[in-house]
Amino acid sequence: MIQVRALSKLYGKKPVVEDVTVDIQPRKITSFIGPNGAGKSTLLSMVSRLLDSDTGEVLIDKFDVKKMKSNEFAKKVSILKQSNYMNVRLTIRELVSFGRFPYSKGRLTEEDERIVDQSLDYMHLTEMQDSFLDELSGGQRQRAFIAMVIAQDTEYILLDEPLNNLDMKHSVQIMKILRRLVDELGKTVVIVLHDINFASVYSDRIVAMKDGKVVKDGPTEEIIQSDALKEIYDMDIPIQEIGSCRICVYFSS
Amino acid sequence: MKKRYLLLALIVLSAASLFVGVSSISPLDLLDVRSEETQIFLISRLPRLVAILLAGAGMSIAGLIMQQLSRNKFVSPTTAGTLDATRLGILVSMLLFANASMLEKMAVAFAFALAGTFVFMQILDRIKFKDTIFIPLVGLMFGNILSSVTTFFAYRADVIQNMSAWLQGDFSMIMKGRYELLYISIPILIIAYFYANRFTVAGMGEDFSKNLGLAYRRVVNIGLILVALVTTTVVLTVGIIPFLGLIIPNIISIFKGDHLQKTLPHTAILGAIFLLICDILGRVLIYPYEISISLMVGVIGSGIFLYLLFRRKAYA
Repeated sequence: MIQVRALSKLYGKKPVVEDVTVDIQPRKITSFIGPNGAGKSTLLSMVSRLLDSDTGEVLIDKFDVKKMKSNEFAKKVSILKQSNYMNVRLTIRELVSFGRFPYSKGRLTEEDERIVDQSLDYMHLTEMQDSFLDELSGGQRQRAFIAMVIAQDTEYILLDEPLNNLDMKHSVQIMKILRRLVDELGKTVVIVLHDINFASVYSDRIVAMKDGKVVKDGPTEEIIQSDALKEIYDMDIPIQEIGSCRICVYFSS
Repeated sequence: MKKRYLLLALIVLSAASLFVGVSSISPLDLLDVRSEETQIFLISRLPRLVAILLAGAGMSIAGLIMQQLSRNKFVSPTTAGTLDATRLGILVSMLLFANASMLEKMAVAFAFALAGTFVFMQILDRIKFKDTIFIPLVGLMFGNILSSVTTFFAYRADVIQNMSAWLQGDFSMIMKGRYELLYISIPILIIAYFYANRFTVAGMGEDFSKNLGLAYRRVVNIGLILVALVTTTVVLTVGIIPFLGLIIPNIISIFKGDHLQKTLPHTAILGAIFLLICDILGRVLIYPYEISISLMVGVIGSGIFLYLLFRRKAYA
């Protein structure tokens, strides 16, 4: 379990994340939603140690993340940030192999190769494994990065807006994969999302943030309610039940 | 680009390089250990070949490491101010110690090369506008500022003539006893190979590196130290060789990608081959005179550089 305790981050004097306390349940998809500038990405960066917090602490399985060795941490938590700017020319397989870096420092063992094969297979990338990343479409590249994270084999997978710049088809594809990671491989996925309907349809729990604070935290069906959304987004959003999905119709409100 | 073909070309060209020159030497002459030819061979030709190989491989690897760490295909010791900082360092060492030994010069020049490269990386961190072409332009401007400082003080101290010797890369002065500093490149190349995977990861960005548990800052610093060391030894022994660190890694990247553990040997070998070709041409074209290596590399290199710029969209 990831436990965030009274975490704050200031940029200058302005708090971006203010006194956030939240528990992230294991083997679930937890989505962070909220308006722009709510501090979701900053929070995720602090949990994954990309950014130092000013006060408070993050515990992963009861250990303070600041005290963990970077190599051990890399075997426990992986984070994928939205990186459009990537001009390293690697093949898919080379990239995925770097997922094993925390374990083997680049000198791959047979075990590592096997895990790389499995990850490629899991993401249906085996056939195109020798293509260079810069020759791929956005969706394929995102799948390659997720394959790398799978090869990194961490219990916790953190993703910062993984659907950015993806079309509908690829967005659905990525969300289905994340669902499988939780249901089949028992991973814990934490994800920052902009589209509340993706959050509604695919996540188990939702944490809503606004102005650096957590305003709502609970199971998806409790958060996807008109009154709760009013509090988060300051909009009247009717909710329609279609099949088993709760869809927020926010387009004309 | 198979490594074995590159190696073959390297061997053939090396052999050619040994037997091209003003005094004709044939392999048979070498059988007599005391002959004049053997002496020339050992004092001039062999050191020249070794210097070319080490400088070519060293500068190419320095460029490769810089491109990886700065995440920009057009950054190299030429376009990041490293070479200019090295020259400034050599001037300072000449002004401080009247008869500076090679090692004193080396130490001061290295400190300047390192500081210059660090300053450039700091500038890079602060620039918001990360355009592929814009960044090397900033580096060139930075280098020119350093260069004008060097010229100013060299003029004041009346050592302009002396300094320009370091400006022009030239292998004709390479002789036994004057190039041995270049051997420092060998352990550096080995360390670079050892760090290849870390450099590749660092090239994917700071967040990415941290995700994989890499000590990003330390790896970047080690890389810059290696670059500064290679550049210093080459400038001190041979002089400035422009473009090499820019074009060789780019050519290899197009064919083999950026997985450094796989591309480092190719880059080193191609760098040596390219420099050998330029050197042999420079010796043959206006025989019995010589065109300096920095001019040869400058002409051929800038042509290739332009070609790379124009086809940039296709791969970078």
